[in-house]
Amino acid sequence: MSPSSPVPAGVEGGPAGSARGRRARPAGGGRERPTGGGRRAGAPLPLLLPALVGILFLLLPLLALLIRAPWRDLPDQLTSAQVWQALRLSLLSATAATALSLALGVPLAWLLARTDFPGRGLLRALVTLPLVLPPVVGGVALLLALGRNGVVGQWLDAWFGITLPFTTTGVVLAETFVAMPFLVISVEGTLRAADPRYEEAAATLGASRFTAFRRVTLPLIAPGVLAGAVLAWARALGEFGATITFAGNFPGRTQTMPLAVYLALQNDPAAAIALSLVLLAVSVAVLAALRDRWLTAS
Amino acid sequence: MNRTSRRAPRRLLAGIGAAAVLLAAGACSSDGSDGSGDTRGSGGGASGRPTGTVTVFAAASLQESFTTLGKTFEKRYPGTKVAFNFGGSDSLAAGITGGAPADVFASASPRTMKTVTDAGDAAGTPATFVRNRLEIAALQGNPDHISSLKDLTRSGLKVVLCAETVPCGAATRTALEASGLKLTPVSYEQDVKSALTKVELKEADAAVVYRTDVKAAGGKVEGVEFPESAEAVNDYPIVRLKNAGNASGAKAFLALVNSAEGRKVLGAAGFLTP
Amino acid sequence: MRKTEGQGEAETDGFAEETARACEGGAGDGSEGLDARLVVVRGSFRLDVTLTARPGEVVALLGPNGAGKTTALRALAGLAPLSPGAGGRLRLDGVPLERMPPESRPVGVVFQDYLLFPHLTALDNVAFGPRCRGASRSEARAEAAEWLARLGLAEHAGARPRRLSGGQAQRVALARALATRPRLLLLDEPLAALDARTRLEVRAELRRRLAEFEAVAVLVTHDPLDAMVLADRLVVVEDGRVVQEGPPADIARRPRTDYIARLVGLNLYRGEAEGHTVRLLGGGPSITTTEELSGPAFVAFPPGAVTLHSERPVGASARNLWRCEVTGLETHADQVRADLTGELRVLADLTTLSAAQLDLRPGVTVWATVKATQTHAYPG
Repeated sequence: MSPSSPVPAGVEGGPAGSARGRRARPAGGGRERPTGGGRRAGAPLPLLLPALVGILFLLLPLLALLIRAPWRDLPDQLTSAQVWQALRLSLLSATAATALSLALGVPLAWLLARTDFPGRGLLRALVTLPLVLPPVVGGVALLLALGRNGVVGQWLDAWFGITLPFTTTGVVLAETFVAMPFLVISVEGTLRAADPRYEEAAATLGASRFTAFRRVTLPLIAPGVLAGAVLAWARALGEFGATITFAGNFPGRTQTMPLAVYLALQNDPAAAIALSLVLLAVSVAVLAALRDRWLTAS
Repeated sequence: MNRTSRRAPRRLLAGIGAAAVLLAAGACSSDGSDGSGDTRGSGGGASGRPTGTVTVFAAASLQESFTTLGKTFEKRYPGTKVAFNFGGSDSLAAGITGGAPADVFASASPRTMKTVTDAGDAAGTPATFVRNRLEIAALQGNPDHISSLKDLTRSGLKVVLCAETVPCGAATRTALEASGLKLTPVSYEQDVKSALTKVELKEADAAVVYRTDVKAAGGKVEGVEFPESAEAVNDYPIVRLKNAGNASGAKAFLALVNSAEGRKVLGAAGFLTP
Repeated sequence: MRKTEGQGEAETDGFAEETARACEGGAGDGSEGLDARLVVVRGSFRLDVTLTARPGEVVALLGPNGAGKTTALRALAGLAPLSPGAGGRLRLDGVPLERMPPESRPVGVVFQDYLLFPHLTALDNVAFGPRCRGASRSEARAEAAEWLARLGLAEHAGARPRRLSGGQAQRVALARALATRPRLLLLDEPLAALDARTRLEVRAELRRRLAEFEAVAVLVTHDPLDAMVLADRLVVVEDGRVVQEGPPADIARRPRTDYIARLVGLNLYRGEAEGHTVRLLGGGPSITTTEELSGPAFVAFPPGAVTLHSERPVGASARNLWRCEVTGLETHADQVRADLTGELRVLADLTTLSAAQLDLRPGVTVWATVKATQTHAYPG
C-alpha cells in the first residue's frame, strides 16, 4: 500500500558507493512488490496457532449468525419496505459521509503530515479522538455543538433556519464525525511514507504547492486514500451510537440499518438477524468489488 | 413467527448477557442451596436472615428507586449486597431465560414477564408492585403551551416518541389509538431515556414518556398529564426466580419492595401503587 | 584513492583533452549568469559557498558526502532557504532570487534519482513543467514531444517511468528540466543512479547536451571523473567551504587538499620549500623536487612514480628514498596498489608481476624511491 520507498532527503543526498542500493531505488518510486516467489512455505507454530484462534474468534460469531438465521422467514423479512428504506438510507448516508470525509480529511491529513506548526501533535490527538470516544458520547457532543440549542447550532437555526438533528444531513454528519478519523489516520500514514521530494520536483517545474498536491501527491497516495475511504465507509455503514443520538430514528429519514437492527432486537431478534445479514451481504459485496478493482487497477 | 427460530438467537444473546452479569456481579455468593429448597417457599415472608449477594434484574425505569432500596436493604441486613442489572425489560428477560444467574426480576411489562414465566424460570406468580403512566414531557416552562395530546400534533412542533418496539412506545401507541389522533414525530427513540434527553437538551419540543421519567428529570422538563394515558397504564410485575442462588435474600428484597417503605420510595419516584 | 570504476580508468586518456577545453576560471561580471553566495546554517553545520558562472558555463560542485553540495543545490533551487541575515545572496541574470519560491524561479533540476512522476508517462512528465507555466494541455504535450524527440526518446513517450531504463529515465529527467527553459540548470549526481556501463554512454551524451545548453549549468557530484568530463570549472567543497576551484586540468595537476589528491589519484604532501627541497610539515622527511621554490609548498606525485625495492638500493641515485611497511594491497586489473606507512605515508602502483617478485604482503618492509623529475612542487 505504501506508494513509494521513502528516501530521506537529508542535507547531503548522495551516499557513496553501493550501486546496488541505488539501483534498488527506481525512478518510478518503487511500487513493485515481491512476487511471492521467495516466500517460504509453512508458518511457525507460535504464529500459526494464535492466528488460527484469531480467525476462529472473528469468524465464529458471523458463522453463528448464519447458522441461526431464520432462513425460512427471510424472504418475508426482506420484502418489507422498511428494510429497503433503511438499507438505501444506510448506503446513501455512508457514501455521503465518506465523500465529506475525503473532502475534509485528505487536506487535514496533508496538514498533519507535511507541515510543521506548534501543537501539531496535540491537534492530531484531538482530531483522532472520535476513534476512542464512545459514539454515543460523540452524538451528544454533536448535539451540544450543532443541535438546535447547540453552541453553533443555535446560530444556524437563528440565522438560516437550519436544524440538523432528526435530518438525513444529521445522519451524514454523525457518521462523518465517527468515520473521518479513520481516513485521516490512513491518509496521513500514506503521506508520511510517500517521498516528499516528488513535491519538490513538482515545485522546481513551476507547480504551486496546491498544484503539486493535486497533480503529483494525490495520484501517488491514491491507494492509501482509497483504503482510508473504504475504512471510513465501512465504519460509517455500521455507525449506530452517534447516529441515533444526534439524528434520532425515523424510518426513511434517519433510520439506518444498524438502528433498524437494534430496534428489531428489542422484540424481534429474528428480524434483527435478517437485517444484519442484509447489511453484511451488501458490505461484503461492496468491499470485495472495491478490492478487486483496486488490485487490478494498480 | 416460528418459535424455535425465535428462541435460538435469544439463547445466543442470553449467553452474552450471562457472561456480562457474571463479570458485573463479581464472585457470586456460594451460600445459596441451588434452588432445592425454593419450591416450598411461597414468596412473602423471609424464612431466614438474608446473607450474601442478592442479584436483581430490573427495568431501567426502576434504577433510581431500586438503587435507593438496595442501600436500605444492605443497611438493614449487614453483610448483604444487592447487585443490580438495570436494562431494557426484553433483554433482561432474554438473559434470564438464557440462564443468567439472577434472584429477582422486576419487569416494566407483563408481556416480558410472561416470557420468563412461560419458560418456567419464575418461582411463584409475578405480582404487580407498581404502575407507571405516560406523561408529556414539555420544555422547561412549557413555552409551547402544551396541555393535551392533541397539542402535540401541531405543525412545527418537534415531538419525539419511543420506538414501538420498546414498552413506552407500545404504550404511547395504545394511548394515541385511544385518542384517534395521528402524530408524526421527528424520531422514534430507542428508549425512554433518550426521548427524555432530547427534550432536556431542547432538541425536541416534547416527548411522551413515563411519569417517573419526568420526575427523575428533576425540573429540567415540565410534565403535562393527559387523560388518554389511562388507556395505557404499565403494570410492573416482580417475581422471585426459580434458579435463585440466594432464595432468602430474594424473598427479603421482595418484602422490602412491597413494604410501606418500599412504596414510599417508589411513590416518590412517580410510580403509582396498585 | 580514486573512486572511479575500472571503466573510468580506461577513459582517463581522453581526460587531458577533455579538460583542456576548460574555460579560464572566471566569474559572471554582474548582470549575466549566476552570482551567488550561498549561506545556510543548520545546527553546527555551516555552508558558505560563493558560486559564479557565466551563461554557457558548466560548473561542477565536487566534494565528499556531507560537504554541503546538495544543500547548495537546494539553496539554488529554492528548496532550502538561505539563512537570513547571514550575508547570502543569489542573483541570476541580475535578478535577485533569494525570496522567490522554487516554483517561480527560472531554475530546472535533474534530481539524483530523477524523481520522475511514476503515475505519468514520459510525455506527461516532460509536459508537466510547460503546463504549470501556463501552456495549454495540447501545447505542453507538443512541446514535450519535441523535447523527447530531441533527446532520442520519441518512441518512449507513452512509457511510464518504471518501464524506462536508467539511461532513458535520466534523459527524460533532463528533458523535463529543460522543457521549462531554465536560466539555471541544476543536476544532482546526474550519473550516480546508473550502472557502470550505462554511465559511460550517458556521461558522453550528457556532456554534449550540457555543451549545447546556453544558460548556466551547475552539477553536484562526488565523482571526480564525472566532474572533470562534464564541467568547465570545478568548485571543490569540503565541510561547507570552497577549498579549491578552477579548470579541471589545474585541479588535477595541483590538488590542494588530501581529498582532491585522493580523487585525482596523487600522493600529496604539504611542507616548507627551500630551493629544490621541500621539508614536510610535522618533522617528516624531505622531498627533492625539480622546481625551485621557497615558502609553503605542496609536493605531488602519482603512485605510478613510486618504485619499490625489497633491499635498500645500493648507490641509488634517487634521493627520495624511504623505508616503509606495507599496510594494505589492492588489485586493479593488472595493477597492484600498495598502501605504505613508515618514514612516509605513500601509495605506490606496481605491476602484479613486480608485486609477486617483491613478495608484497602486509607487514613486509620495503624501500620506496621516487625520482625528483616525477614530482611536482607548487606554492601552497
